[in-house]
Amino acid sequence: MGESVFTKIWNRHLLAERPDGQSLIYIDRHITHEVTSPLAFESLRAAGRRVRRADLTFATMDHNVPTGDRSAPVADPMSAKQMDTLSANARQFGILCFDYASELQGISHVIGPELGLTLPGITVACGDSHTSTHGALGALALGIGTSEGEHVFATQTLWIRRPKEMRIALDGALPNGASAKDAVMRVIRSIGTGGAIGHAVEFGGSTVEAMTVEERMTIANMIIEGGARTAIVEPDEKVFESLKGTEFGPAGEDWDDAMDYWRTLKSDDGAAYDASLSFDVGGLEPQVSWGTNPAMTVGVSESVPRPGEVGQGERDSTERALKYMGLDGGEAVTSIPIQRVFIGSCTNARLSDLVDAARVAKGRSVAKGVRAMVVPGSQMVKREAERLGLDRIFLEAGFEWRNSGCSLCIGMNEDKLDYGERCAATSNRNFENRMGPGGRTHLMSPLTAAASAVAGTIADPRQVGILDVEQLGMVRRA
Amino acid sequence: MSSNWGWFAVPRPFTLLEGKAAPLDSDDVDTDQIIPAQFLKVTEKAGLRRYLFYRWRYDESGTLTGKFVLDRQEFAGSKVLVAGRNFGIGSSRENAVWALLDAGICCVVASSFGDIFYSNASKNGLLCVKLLADAVTSLRHRAKGGELSLTVDLASQTISGGGDAVHFDIERHIKERLLSGADDIGLTMGTYEGEIKRYELGAPRYLVPRRRAS
Repeated sequence: MGESVFTKIWNRHLLAERPDGQSLIYIDRHITHEVTSPLAFESLRAAGRRVRRADLTFATMDHNVPTGDRSAPVADPMSAKQMDTLSANARQFGILCFDYASELQGISHVIGPELGLTLPGITVACGDSHTSTHGALGALALGIGTSEGEHVFATQTLWIRRPKEMRIALDGALPNGASAKDAVMRVIRSIGTGGAIGHAVEFGGSTVEAMTVEERMTIANMIIEGGARTAIVEPDEKVFESLKGTEFGPAGEDWDDAMDYWRTLKSDDGAAYDASLSFDVGGLEPQVSWGTNPAMTVGVSESVPRPGEVGQGERDSTERALKYMGLDGGEAVTSIPIQRVFIGSCTNARLSDLVDAARVAKGRSVAKGVRAMVVPGSQMVKREAERLGLDRIFLEAGFEWRNSGCSLCIGMNEDKLDYGERCAATSNRNFENRMGPGGRTHLMSPLTAAASAVAGTIADPRQVGILDVEQLGMVRRA
Repeated sequence: MSSNWGWFAVPRPFTLLEGKAAPLDSDDVDTDQIIPAQFLKVTEKAGLRRYLFYRWRYDESGTLTGKFVLDRQEFAGSKVLVAGRNFGIGSSRENAVWALLDAGICCVVASSFGDIFYSNASKNGLLCVKLLADAVTSLRHRAKGGELSLTVDLASQTISGGGDAVHFDIERHIKERLLSGADDIGLTMGTYEGEIKRYELGAPRYLVPRRRAS
């Protein structure tokens, strides 16, 4: 019987299996950040333990960093304390840290792939649920908690029950206006927030094959909201190409060795999966969330459901969600006014996401009364976007052009929503109070978020107008 | 809410638990609801009970409303939380588990759990009991008046309270770890050093990132 790419990587890293179903897995790369690491380091110190492989461990600051002027002191004393604590821990344990001032700073799941720290066929762990993002490069990536992080620090291994495997095939060409974000939101809308619990999801099908690596990162990232333990895509030439010349990726003979292994990372014909789903995305329209979990999503041309219209949930979660969101039910999605726009997060803040937003923003203006911010996923993404002139497109349209971090997606820095504010967001979670107490989040693609910024209501990017990439006039500046 | 949890001890063995059950009448309770992100900036576990279900317990001005189930008189001292389905989905924050424990909750009953929450719970001595949806609904219903006392016997994998004992399934390693209160790291280092070393010696050179010379 054939093996899936997940199984191949799993078996290569499997050190031991206990009869109770727990497996000991070697972790090739551990990325840590300022919020989930302090107590893990503290426990290590208390037990007199060291970080076993500091050379495989990297730290960045992302969750609570300010995205404004980097030369000013960090205003929130608790954020400053967590950042200082990470710097001190990294120094003490010998870990390379991309701190607040670093040119390589950025969101964990953006910098891993862009720096060549994430590679096909390796295992990656990070104390963040969206670690599945790295699976877009064909890595086996696991989001872990603080106790597990401490275990990885001390032993470079993780005890985990082998997940079941689910294959999700996406087929069809995404129509104009529909993006990878819309595809994965459509899947979650269909399977629900718990549909993939306990499963590693392998994405395949013609749509995924045609996707860029960055688009694959969007779907691998967001399927966590469908309950998945992780996600993976078979690596191909596009992935290998994206790793050439990266800051930390293999070079020379190492590159050739790596390629010999990477080319074997395909799922065999006849590989068995515990579940298989397929979706035709050929007729997909932009998707927008209306409620308080990512499965509460409809197409942009549809209306918000009325209580009782939605089958999911044993009790009436629709009513509660509508109340929190300040909606009646039954209104057209495109009639909902917004006050904030957030283009950012580990789901949609890579260069291609910013290009998408610019395709709608160029030559237009952010609607009166709307505050719109673009928060690049890393300082590298920011610099590259500036070389291409995207910053000017956004600034001329009235968007704020900020520094990198998780920002509004988790509401831990000062970018929060005010009470009752409604935000069109490219991030991954619309949970109650996620972006700030009383804040209301509508999830969507960068195209749809930019269109909403211009319209002042949630808007269909196809109606606002989407330029071709060539029309952006991007000329790389030195 | 009062704490009966000693943070300075290693996870204590989980033996027989007897305590009041509190119903939480919601499905899909994500860890953002269990503890909002703004309270992830603390660097200690003790005292996290103050932030547990913060948005559901405090009004806009930060005043405790007293309406949330765990704040109501009849549920004071509850040790078991009976929720719905998909409890603990979302963010990986282990603070969700620490805050529940700090509030005296030693066991959560639900029909399903978020994967990372479930694993985090097992490493901190919080027992997650999975029951069929109907059994969860029935328990939640019976807990409504604040008079349901449950006995959770991990050794025999049963939960009972007035009526028949209900059996629950649990992975053996989680059961054993909870019963023994063992330290995972010590166990791994003591038993599997050979396997770890063997992998490291056989790993290709390119696995260790080297920064490109600029």
